[in-house]
Amino acid sequence: MSKVRVLVGTKKGAFILTSDGARKNWEVSDPHFGGWEIYHLKGSPVDPNRIYASQSSGWFGQIIQRSDDGGKSWNTPGSKPEELQGEQGMPKGESNKFVYDGNVGQHLWYDGTSRPWEFKRIWHLEPSLTDPNTCYAGAEDAALFRTTDGGKTWHELAGLRTHPSAPQWMPGAGGMGLHTILLDPKNPNRIYIAISAAGVFRSDDGGTTWKTANKGLVSNYNPNPTAEVGHCVHRIAFHPSRPDVVFMQKHWDVMRTDNAGAQWTEVSGNLPTDFGFPIEVNAHEPNTLYVVPITSDSLHYPPDGRLRVYRSRSGGNEWEALTKGLPQKDCYVNVLRDASAVDSLEPCGIYFGTTGGQVYGSADNGDSWQPIVRDLPAVLSVEAQVLK
Amino acid sequence: MIRVELPYHLRNLARIEGEVHLDISGTVTQRAILDALEARHPNLCGTIRDHVTHKRRAFLRFYVCQEDWSNESPDKPLPEAIATGKEPFLVIGSIAGG
Repeated sequence: MSKVRVLVGTKKGAFILTSDGARKNWEVSDPHFGGWEIYHLKGSPVDPNRIYASQSSGWFGQIIQRSDDGGKSWNTPGSKPEELQGEQGMPKGESNKFVYDGNVGQHLWYDGTSRPWEFKRIWHLEPSLTDPNTCYAGAEDAALFRTTDGGKTWHELAGLRTHPSAPQWMPGAGGMGLHTILLDPKNPNRIYIAISAAGVFRSDDGGTTWKTANKGLVSNYNPNPTAEVGHCVHRIAFHPSRPDVVFMQKHWDVMRTDNAGAQWTEVSGNLPTDFGFPIEVNAHEPNTLYVVPITSDSLHYPPDGRLRVYRSRSGGNEWEALTKGLPQKDCYVNVLRDASAVDSLEPCGIYFGTTGGQVYGSADNGDSWQPIVRDLPAVLSVEAQVLK
Repeated sequence: MIRVELPYHLRNLARIEGEVHLDISGTVTQRAILDALEARHPNLCGTIRDHVTHKRRAFLRFYVCQEDWSNESPDKPLPEAIATGKEPFLVIGSIAGG
């Protein structure tokens, strides 16, 4: 029988939740990297036991951890003396060396002044679809890095940060993070990324050059609401069978493109509020979407204290509230942009974690939910793996 | 023998129990200690000082014989008590919270 492994990054460590394919009874691991912020961890689609984790701290900076046994043990890649030698023959730890390539350049600060790019942390790790030693990393301040040696060394794909629009990028409230990386399974040269608060960019040459993909987005908090950049995109997602159709949860508005970002249209429809952070696509139904509406940009909790996932089975516009098993009063948590995931079992499993430390799961396309664990630190990221 | 004490999280990261003991030939300075420490424990690179600039990370301090040496030149010779191991070189995480 299949097993499911859910990887949870929190403000104070990582946790691994495991269950059989029924997804009713769960085991919760002890904390990994206790006390550290784990913005994200994600397994390789090629080798699910290869997991990359972004560990960070205001005191000690960025660390990259890697497991080759499904999260039982972890190492900082290349930190063993025999693994990586510097010029003088001494071991040289570089798995956490994220250095912008060439001229650092400047972007806008909150007050409209310019300031230089400064690396702060890795928000998101996206392992390659074909090679377990290749992984992409989205940074704050926004940039895209890639390793091809299992995380021992990272190199910037600088064409993104040096895009002509980059001097106009400005951080969102959470920082100027590159938070989403979508690798097109049908076209290995196509990558979508999203940055708060710059917008969506697409590369068709493996990450060397980039185009903005924000036409149709309207952001009324901007002096020019339809500008080429400056859109606070919270999350984008697609179904692997249909990578030209991309869905977006923006700061406000749920959006859809049917032509790989050339034009976006709003599909918020009857949502009670179209502010929110995550967006997911059902693993078996490319037109079935999930969002978690949040009251507003000023009130980061669900409307009326009721935690409701909204599902659209029509690719947007028509939405239904999913409430069974979710708290319907006195609930004032948030669900962050990387804190949701789907599994590939039938029926599709959906998971999300909250800033209150709960991780909820559904094993029936979202019809009903159960709390898998209730009292973790604030959840920053959730990923699901199915193990055969 | 040089004695170095690290904060809890860095000891965990590098899988160190207790103090780190280093042998350094030549003048004992902060730079010499950190170079030797990172050579012994490569995954500490970038956690105490920046990979490129080698500037101390903002929320860490270096204490020497009950004095704060954080803003001293990294090449200033450390006191004899550090060089002989009588006193440890302390890497301290700034206190946060209230």
